[in-house]
Amino acid sequence: MTRPRWAAVWPPLSVGVGGLVLWELAIIIFDIKEFLLPKPSSIVEELFAEWAVLRHAGWETGRIAFSGLVLGVIAGVTLAFVTNRFRSLNEGLTPLAVAVNATPIVALAPIFNAWFGITGVVSNQAVVMAVVFFPVFINTAKGLTEVHPDEIELMRSYAASEWTILREVRIPNALPFFANALRVVAPLSVIAAIVAEYFGGPQDRIGNVITSNAAFARYDVAWAAIAVASAFGLALFAGAVLIERLSTPWRMATQVEIINNKPGRGK
Amino acid sequence: MSDELAVSINGADKVFNQGEADEVAALSGIDLDIQPGEFVSLIGPSGCGKSTLLRLIGDLLEPTAGEVTVFGKSAHEARMDQDYGMVFQHAGLFDWRKVSANIELPLELRGWSKADRSTRSQEMLDLVKLPDFGGHYPRQLSGGMQQRVSIARALSFEPKLLLMDEPFGALDEMTREHMQIELLRIWEETGTTVVFVTHSIPESAFLSNRVVVLSPRPGRVHSIIDVDLGKRTEETREDPAFFATATEIREALRSVEVGQ
Repeated sequence: MTRPRWAAVWPPLSVGVGGLVLWELAIIIFDIKEFLLPKPSSIVEELFAEWAVLRHAGWETGRIAFSGLVLGVIAGVTLAFVTNRFRSLNEGLTPLAVAVNATPIVALAPIFNAWFGITGVVSNQAVVMAVVFFPVFINTAKGLTEVHPDEIELMRSYAASEWTILREVRIPNALPFFANALRVVAPLSVIAAIVAEYFGGPQDRIGNVITSNAAFARYDVAWAAIAVASAFGLALFAGAVLIERLSTPWRMATQVEIINNKPGRGK
Repeated sequence: MSDELAVSINGADKVFNQGEADEVAALSGIDLDIQPGEFVSLIGPSGCGKSTLLRLIGDLLEPTAGEVTVFGKSAHEARMDQDYGMVFQHAGLFDWRKVSANIELPLELRGWSKADRSTRSQEMLDLVKLPDFGGHYPRQLSGGMQQRVSIARALSFEPKLLLMDEPFGALDEMTREHMQIELLRIWEETGTTVVFVTHSIPESAFLSNRVVVLSPRPGRVHSIIDVDLGKRTEETREDPAFFATATEIREALRSVEVGQ
């Protein structure tokens, strides 16, 4: 806990940079053809050369992924609260949601294209939303219901209302569950958006830039587009981690104890 | 006020899942009076309904028959008046609240001002000998310290009745003995009434004015043992009178187990 933040950053950073250098060297030494695997330097070159196209594509895909993410999170959290309020709904809905969550939802993309139209943003947004919705709903609902029975009895002994119990116990209890889900679905939203774009639609989005450039053997441009998408996915992941840290300060403060398995872990 | 009973239980029965295939008679014909300021332990083999009885007193469960009166009111009215402090085996502190905020929770629910709350939580932390831990999160504390915070929280609003369900059950023997001394000191300082569920014979003998021995299936009051060991100290644990009391409780429990 006392070690500086930079100490945690150095190992992955050096491995990452070292990996890129090895990649570059391997292609030169073993004379690997550019259409199989371009050099990182060529990818960076294309990143600059095609920046206008890539920036626009990144923006288009990014806003679909981000809006789908936000809508999916809102829908998931809302339904979690509704099922917490109406327990019988929870019993019927949660196993179903777990089952649906285990299916490959992005496979629905062509069907959503047929439903919502292939030219607009709605069908791809719907794919992202469907992918995001289930983990958020399942985890948040779990956090709202999986409260230690003693904690509920304690609140009842204070004559606390259901609303007070929700505010003081269930919601804080659900925050770490929600944060975990958010960390998973934030990068997943970018993956879902791009995979959905592989099934067609406007040509100015990351998924289409990748497929069309790959079709014309311009693999370095395709890789540059992948780099843009990765950067956006990482940024969303970082945002999710930041939200987790800000919303669950107690977990950050006690992380050392938990990792070192010291006493006082409570539950 | 002085002749008003702290707890009065008359003919209380508790049947779970009544009329269903898995019907269980947990308690039958319980009569028990507890004086204000008394320390009463409930002891018995597992399944004798001692926790159920505690929950009837605290209005966390309703009796199937009979009535429970607390300071002249129904148990429900007493709960709505927030007369109860509760401590469980699981400390039940909220991870997301710092130690002082945990102690202040019941005060917040009563609408105390922030200044009054923080003054009181500091007093309570002093009382349980954790004056410097208000700013910690519960998980940064050991199990024994967490349980002390839980007691501080239960006492913060000066409840008329303290209900404790095996509060030291999860602690190691040394911590447990230390906590017993602390609890008796706090009980003397605050003058509150305590109903204490335990399955430990020495613990019940050491802490109580009276030990209620329950027999199982359905739970009934088997016998009530008066304990007079004077002021408890660590020496009490080696006092012949203490052993005699423990033996009396043990024999009552044995006769319960062989089915009288």
